[in-house]
Amino acid sequence: MSETPTVADKAAAPPPSSGGTSGDKKPAQPLAYLLTHQSGVVILVALVIALLVGAALIRYQGVSPWYAYETIIREALLVDGGLTRTLQKTAPLVLTGLAVVIPLRVGLFNIGGQGQLIFGAMFGAWVAYAAGGLGFLGAVCGMLAGMVAGAFIGWIAGVLKATRGVHEVITTIMLNYIAAGVTWWLVTGPLQAEGSKTSGIPQTELIPDAARVGAVAGIPIGFVIALALAIACWWMLSRTTLGFKLNTVGANKHAARYAGININRIIALSMVFGGGLAGLAGALEAAGTLHRFEPAIGGTLGFDGITIALLARANPLATIPAALLVGILRTGAPGLQFATGIAPEVVDLLLAIILLMVSIPVLGKWIFRSRADKVTAASTSWGN
Amino acid sequence: MGAWIAKNRTTVIVSVAVIVAAYAFYYLKNDIAPSMYVSAWGYAIPLVLAALVGVIGERSGVVNIGIEGQMLVAAFAGFFAAAYSGSLLVGVLAGIGSGLILGGFLAWTTVKWRMDQIIAGVVLNIIATGITSFYYQPGQLLPGLMPKFDIWPLSKIPLIGEVFFSGTSIFATLAILAAIGVHFALFHTRWGLRTRAVGEYPSAADTAGINVERLRLINVTLAGTLAGCAGVYLSMDASSSFERGMVAGRGFLALAIMIMGAWRPLRALAMAIFFGFINAVASQLQAGGSIDIPPQLTGTLPFVVTIVVLAIAAGRVRAPGAVGQPYVKGDQ
Repeated sequence: MSETPTVADKAAAPPPSSGGTSGDKKPAQPLAYLLTHQSGVVILVALVIALLVGAALIRYQGVSPWYAYETIIREALLVDGGLTRTLQKTAPLVLTGLAVVIPLRVGLFNIGGQGQLIFGAMFGAWVAYAAGGLGFLGAVCGMLAGMVAGAFIGWIAGVLKATRGVHEVITTIMLNYIAAGVTWWLVTGPLQAEGSKTSGIPQTELIPDAARVGAVAGIPIGFVIALALAIACWWMLSRTTLGFKLNTVGANKHAARYAGININRIIALSMVFGGGLAGLAGALEAAGTLHRFEPAIGGTLGFDGITIALLARANPLATIPAALLVGILRTGAPGLQFATGIAPEVVDLLLAIILLMVSIPVLGKWIFRSRADKVTAASTSWGN
Repeated sequence: MGAWIAKNRTTVIVSVAVIVAAYAFYYLKNDIAPSMYVSAWGYAIPLVLAALVGVIGERSGVVNIGIEGQMLVAAFAGFFAAAYSGSLLVGVLAGIGSGLILGGFLAWTTVKWRMDQIIAGVVLNIIATGITSFYYQPGQLLPGLMPKFDIWPLSKIPLIGEVFFSGTSIFATLAILAAIGVHFALFHTRWGLRTRAVGEYPSAADTAGINVERLRLINVTLAGTLAGCAGVYLSMDASSSFERGMVAGRGFLALAIMIMGAWRPLRALAMAIFFGFINAVASQLQAGGSIDIPPQLTGTLPFVVTIVVLAIAAGRVRAPGAVGQPYVKGDQ
């Protein structure tokens, strides 16, 4: 491996430092786009604008926006136990964010976090229940099972992309529906708990106390795991050979091939990583929050991961604050409904506006007029 | 005619075989076949319309991942505009109009602002989900049912008339006409030649004096109206209610159908009907109980088939050359 990095290094400067202005051959790659069109300042301005637009919409619903935002913050952070709930909610969001970030580094857009997560939740809950007698070890087994299940779903999409060229956006969406169908069948059939057959909501058996993932001193263990994995992903991407390969394939496939990198393997591997992270998010949600599987366990976690990854500009460490923001909004929303009657789906609306503001390039151009123009000209050279 | 048949031998053989099989099934299993065909076509209608949106976009060089969101907002706008105004026509127009607006949104962000096309589409989908789930209100009703009509004399043909031309909705007819119309326009008009040039090799098209950006803007925006029709069909015609997330992946199925149809409108129409038939078989298996497959799994059949067929089709079909890439004038 000693001589390969130099070849690829010239062709594809590592994205985080150079800002991707190295004249990539494929400008339409999502990662190149993200890095060239956005900076931290743009993200902050986008957030402020999004919250202002959100305020106008809340005002239009007849509620004081100041009071609404204050309620969300209070419910999510200041109320007794609120912080724990928020961190509990943030943990899977960090992971689903990372599940989008890692494939994005290779130029793949994994929008199948939802299916990978629900599959991971199903098998995580089942294994943790079956191995519940082992106590702590059972919890570990459950998380590993969730990771493997999610990674399997990701692997299908990755292999199809690598070997057959089937676009990952289509396969991951199809797999979302397939995973939902398969888990729905399992939870209404073979794995349904006796007690839930009459209650209307199909559920699996409760995970025994010993195999649950709880909280220590108000800090959920799942959150600690998510933080550790975010740091690990950052370290892997910026400090290891594997991370270098991932970045190189994402920045310039041709250079990567000449450098002797097995592109197909890296593409499939990135989806395995993404799927595994989303699967772990599902297993944590099962073992830490609901203590069982039910079909609605995924909620919007998978799709929030897309927002988080774009907000974080495909930077693993930045997924932590991005996920925290989404976690605060999601945790505070039920309290907001209780206090003002605004439906909790207002968060979907807020996140959509944030996503729009974060992703439209015009904001970046407007703030850095001269620089952005130069960048656009350099990064959108057409053709090969 | 003879030369045309020789050139399209596979297509002709497959079509004849499918038609013969369809009629044979129709006469042999007359108890279930007609209802299966009708339900297959009902499932295919929005897929045809949505696949055409994809075809027009990608033939012009713009990937439209946002069809799902365009359909969702159109279904939402159509249903609630009709419920509040008390007029079906207002609803249909509102739905088509919202499709147009979102088509314009995608066109503007990808062509004018050169936003990454995949990201723009996914953002559009998430925005659509956000808007429709927040402003959704339960308990609304449509003022009436959409009209159904027979197209005489076509409705008298056995099987084909029964399925496609009797008791049919406006959108069913529209889907057939649009597929034929887009096919004709793409391959036999000046607009079609220009569109394909812009999608295959924009710098050559530019040299020939075609305004690449303007053509892409117009095509992607106007294609939004077809996505609007598909959405309106779902909430106002196929069912009389709007539910959150009711498009349920059809926008993405349509993209898969577009690929399997090799970016050709009429093949996309055929593929959509094939998908409708798979869905009809799935629900028949569910209802009939003839084979012991849990109903939750048969529901995933269209999605499984999509992945399998895409894996086989990929590599055999070729996407328009410039799909996904923004065009900057004078920048080679």
